[in-house]
Amino acid sequence: MKYKLTKKQKKMRNRIIIAIALLAVTAVTLHFVEVPWWAELVLYMIPYVIAGYDVLKTAFINLIHGQIFDEKFLMMVATVGAIVTGEYPEASLVMLFYQIGELFQSIAVGRSRKSIAKLMDIRPDSATVIRDGEELEVSPEDVQVGEVIIVKPGEKIPLDGVILEGESSVNQAALTGESAPVDKALSDNVISGTLNLTGVIKIRTTSTFGQSTVSKILELVENASDKKAKVENFITKFARYYTPAVVIAALVLGVVPPLFLGIGSWEIWKEWLTRACVFLVVSCPCALVVSVPLSFFGGIGGASKDGILIKGAGYMEVLSKIDTVVFDKTGTLTKGVFAVDDIHPNLVSKAELLDIAACCESFSSHPVAQSIVRAHEGHIDKNLIGEVTEIAGKGVKAVVEGKTYYCGNGQLMEICGADWHDCHLTGTIIHIAREDDGKCEYLGHIVINDQIKEDSEEAIKSLKNAGVKRLVMLTGDKKSVAENVAGKLGLTGFFAELLPADKVSKVEELLKNGKGRLAFVGDGINDAPVLMRADCGIAMGAMGSDAAIESADVVLMDDKPSKIADAIKIARKTMRIVWENIIFALGVKAIILVLGALGIANMWLAVFGDVGVLIIAILNAMRCMRRLNR
Amino acid sequence: MKKTFELEDLDCANCAMKMQEAVKKIPGVKDCEVSFMKQKMTLEADDADFDKIVKLAVKAIAKVEPDCTVVL
Repeated sequence: MKYKLTKKQKKMRNRIIIAIALLAVTAVTLHFVEVPWWAELVLYMIPYVIAGYDVLKTAFINLIHGQIFDEKFLMMVATVGAIVTGEYPEASLVMLFYQIGELFQSIAVGRSRKSIAKLMDIRPDSATVIRDGEELEVSPEDVQVGEVIIVKPGEKIPLDGVILEGESSVNQAALTGESAPVDKALSDNVISGTLNLTGVIKIRTTSTFGQSTVSKILELVENASDKKAKVENFITKFARYYTPAVVIAALVLGVVPPLFLGIGSWEIWKEWLTRACVFLVVSCPCALVVSVPLSFFGGIGGASKDGILIKGAGYMEVLSKIDTVVFDKTGTLTKGVFAVDDIHPNLVSKAELLDIAACCESFSSHPVAQSIVRAHEGHIDKNLIGEVTEIAGKGVKAVVEGKTYYCGNGQLMEICGADWHDCHLTGTIIHIAREDDGKCEYLGHIVINDQIKEDSEEAIKSLKNAGVKRLVMLTGDKKSVAENVAGKLGLTGFFAELLPADKVSKVEELLKNGKGRLAFVGDGINDAPVLMRADCGIAMGAMGSDAAIESADVVLMDDKPSKIADAIKIARKTMRIVWENIIFALGVKAIILVLGALGIANMWLAVFGDVGVLIIAILNAMRCMRRLNR
Repeated sequence: MKKTFELEDLDCANCAMKMQEAVKKIPGVKDCEVSFMKQKMTLEADDADFDKIVKLAVKAIAKVEPDCTVVL
């Protein structure tokens, strides 16, 4: 990405170039020409002032305000110290390098800030609303609920709504990270912030801009820093003590040894003052103070690109330490949608049995009945269906093509007197019987189950690979169903037949028994108390669900459980980079402090310890932004 | 009341931290966050004195980093 220098940065760059040129000319000239010391001083002071006048100015102002531990002030003291000890070229160069470092830092930070901001930029700029038959381009904030907007191909959908006219493919990648487009047609819901790809669509809005999905997400991401990570607080505290401590150490180093080693010798004073200056140059904790929040900011930004919204650096930290993941079953590991698993016919073929069942159930709105109709796929000629009687809690009795069929549970089979048997599979079983000459023949049964999501298995596998030890499922469903799902997915445990309140107490129990942190994953519908109770509440399928966005700590925009492992991986990567930077920065500074005190480290090394370390830390922190390789 | 202000030319993260501490010390300020990354300050303070507090906050910020300006 191209980054344009700001006015200030350009000015700085020009000053640096002029200072370098002057310094080079001076150094070369003085190599051949002998001049008195004062002339040398003046010649070196010109580039010094050109490069650093703003540092000196700010340092003075800060001094008046009593801000003595400001890095600019320290830089001034260090360079003035070098001048006093007669090292004019050093003073000039140190100032120059400091400014180059500052410029580079400003560019690097500005650049990463911009690219993170761009990652998160899903805000639609305008909306085309139809008022009195005319198309008007307005700001999304000005569109009311229930107005009709028109979205052309290539435009962002500005507000949540329902399609009134037209059909199109919509790219939801900005919200979910999933780049495969989704087809949307009449009366489908569309979500703000997604990109309309192919067709012109008219949408009746269902929310104001402030209430729309895109605004909620933006608000969430922008306030993501609300919960600070422990590391961040540590750095803040550390910075508060580090700088004063180093400055005091510098003072002691500059004054005490000469008092003992030779109070009258200028050479000795000069030597120790130089060492003290080295201390001052590395006394800024900038590398940590900049890179740690930048890493978290980048990590959160990068995750949001994958449809994972992390509500704060603190949760990043928690996520990285998770060793227990507790799942809600329905809607999380399973689709929450019933479908036909198997057909076990008796006397008839599979297709015939499904045909009969679909006819019997075609008038029912029960989800189980609908799953049979869906599985049938073909056309059902409702004219062939005669009288349909619903037998509450048991099933239906229907006349199809003149024959009477019973379709329902075991109890219904008992009533009609068919010779039925139960199935070895778990799930909801629908039995079918045909009445013939007053006697009922058993035709077989259909097994219906809530379907496990396609990527649930992969999700569990990758969580195990990531070192998550306990994978537990909680459900209100029957034990046999839970056992089946848990077994298929390879979970380490499950608890079935739970009431919503039981889920909280189960999570509390697991919290007590576990060593690491615990995450609860739910769909955000009526599991808010559990989401809050867990160390880290993860809500999935959040697109359009406010409750989930509000009560969870981590929000997965789509409903893929495999994103949980991604979230953990991103968090771990971010934490690793944060610690790399902390250890690297502190290590280098500590070494330079020691070498400086011994008189081995010179000014050059000290400048590297300040700006060099800072720049390396920033570059490292920028890696957090990158998406996971898959 | 909670309000977010943009900060121009906020150049160092350490200064941002100092600004935050300084603004937090102003009487009537409930919470303040100066974000170097976002170049923004979020200020939460009593409704009655809000304008006065904002003025004090601007002063406090100028004291830490004279180049930095609050966009009001």
